[in-house]
Amino acid sequence: MAGAWVFAEITPDGPHPAAFELLTHARSFDDDPTAIALGPGATEAAVELGTHGAATVYASDDPVFTEHPGRPAAHVLAGLIEAQTPDVVLFAQTYDSRDVAGRLQGRIGSALMGNATSIADPRHARAEIFGGTKIVDVELAGPSPTLILLRPKSIAAEPTGGTARVVPVDADVPEDVRGARVVERHEEAATGPRLEDAKVVLAGGRGLGGPDAFAMLDELASAIGGAAVGASRAAVDAGWVPYSYQIGQTGKTVKPEVYLAAGISGALQHIVGMKGAKRIVAINKDADAPLLAMADLGVVGDLFQVLPALTEEIRRRKGS
Amino acid sequence: MNVVVCAKLVPTGTPTLGPDHLVQRSGVEGMLDPGDEYGLELALQLTEQHGGDVTVVSMGPEEAGQALQRALAMGAGRGMLVSDPALRGADALVTARVLAAAMARYPFDLVVAGVESTDGYTGTVPVTVAEILGIASVTAVRRLEPSDAGVRIERMTERGYDVYECPLPAVVTVTAGSVEPRYPSLKGIMQAKQKPVDRPSLQDLGLSDLAATQTVTAVTDAPATSGGEVVQGDEAVGRIADLLAEAKVI
Repeated sequence: MAGAWVFAEITPDGPHPAAFELLTHARSFDDDPTAIALGPGATEAAVELGTHGAATVYASDDPVFTEHPGRPAAHVLAGLIEAQTPDVVLFAQTYDSRDVAGRLQGRIGSALMGNATSIADPRHARAEIFGGTKIVDVELAGPSPTLILLRPKSIAAEPTGGTARVVPVDADVPEDVRGARVVERHEEAATGPRLEDAKVVLAGGRGLGGPDAFAMLDELASAIGGAAVGASRAAVDAGWVPYSYQIGQTGKTVKPEVYLAAGISGALQHIVGMKGAKRIVAINKDADAPLLAMADLGVVGDLFQVLPALTEEIRRRKGS
Repeated sequence: MNVVVCAKLVPTGTPTLGPDHLVQRSGVEGMLDPGDEYGLELALQLTEQHGGDVTVVSMGPEEAGQALQRALAMGAGRGMLVSDPALRGADALVTARVLAAAMARYPFDLVVAGVESTDGYTGTVPVTVAEILGIASVTAVRRLEPSDAGVRIERMTERGYDVYECPLPAVVTVTAGSVEPRYPSLKGIMQAKQKPVDRPSLQDLGLSDLAATQTVTAVTDAPATSGGEVVQGDEAVGRIADLLAEAKVI
């Protein structure tokens, strides 16, 4: 039986939801996977990690892990790996987990595979490349453990109702492996449902022409109720909306019931983040936009007319 | 402040795979990864304001020299290209080892890279370089300025942004949109041809045993996404509303 570890990212709201997906993956080849949880809230997170299948959780609540990016976590992981010799460590393909995995690879010299969508065993995994048009099967050599980064939402998390044994970890992180230090945190006030959880996602792209046009999507979201507003990388890069809106390879992966894209042409990097949606609607004035071709319903038209008219129509149907 | 900028040659347009399942890079039209231009611009602005040199380093086939030329034309002072047939199919770790060894040839204060390449998207190579060099790193940087401690950095997060104080030397990765990359001037393009490009061999870098730890064993086409229907303006509103109703979300 392969020894599978999961690096469970700890956020201010508890374990990152991707940690539960990683545990579900891990259980396909290890009945009793181990989770590593580092940072304030880790011990508390062990309960939820246990109900999602972690048999053991190595936990430390030390703030050193959130004050310094990546490096202390990689240092402590390297120590645990040396002592426990797992076969594979799974990470979520997020900015924070990626930092830890990259650092760890520099320390232990193992193979690292990014963007995996499924894992057969610690040495064999699969990824989608080129915007999900090709599937590659990859074999990993080199010293154990292999390091595999999985794209969030590759599979649905399945709870087991189990209880994890919690093993406290000594956060002995020397000064010279701390590096950069956080001195301020700025959080944007979040409104409405999270992009990853929303049943309807309305996304705007370059075709919106500027930040003000996002108000049309906000209006539509409120008419639908429970819809979240996102954006393509082009709109985020242009500074129209914050990074937290971004859907795509870089950014969030969403799998809503309905995905409505307005003014998004459909670059490969965007498609990776939304192609799992059940129904796709695309509005674009350019009939050649690639996203129109893959949409369940493609609309060739002026989004500045279609979006407000759609908001009206939905309000009318809801009778309000 | 002396800055090293990482530059990758990526295929122009959609990449293709060769019969060996590797991305075809040699003999394919390529360009400087657009994601690298932001880091280069940031490095140029830093050195213009605070002094110092910009060196651009790349690993890749001979064609990667084109990516370097673009970077030199934008204003970098010196290039470094590590090109060796033994590096074909290099994985993230091999790439990081080669880049780290190349950077160590010149004194530097800061290494700047893109957040991830636009063809591979792994996004771990810069921090692995930092680990090999034993220095600090901050990823997803949107602002950076010199400070008493080294550099003061704004890093994008899923919730907003964090501010870091980072000692030097350090590795940072820069997000797209953080700065507006300049276009090379005609003068810059002419001058680029005269700028020095260092071409160390793997032996010069003291590297051996560079076998990749990843092998692609099979490539298959993903199931094609079947497009639906395309409608024009007038009909659209009712059809979208119908679809939302079918999905039971209104």
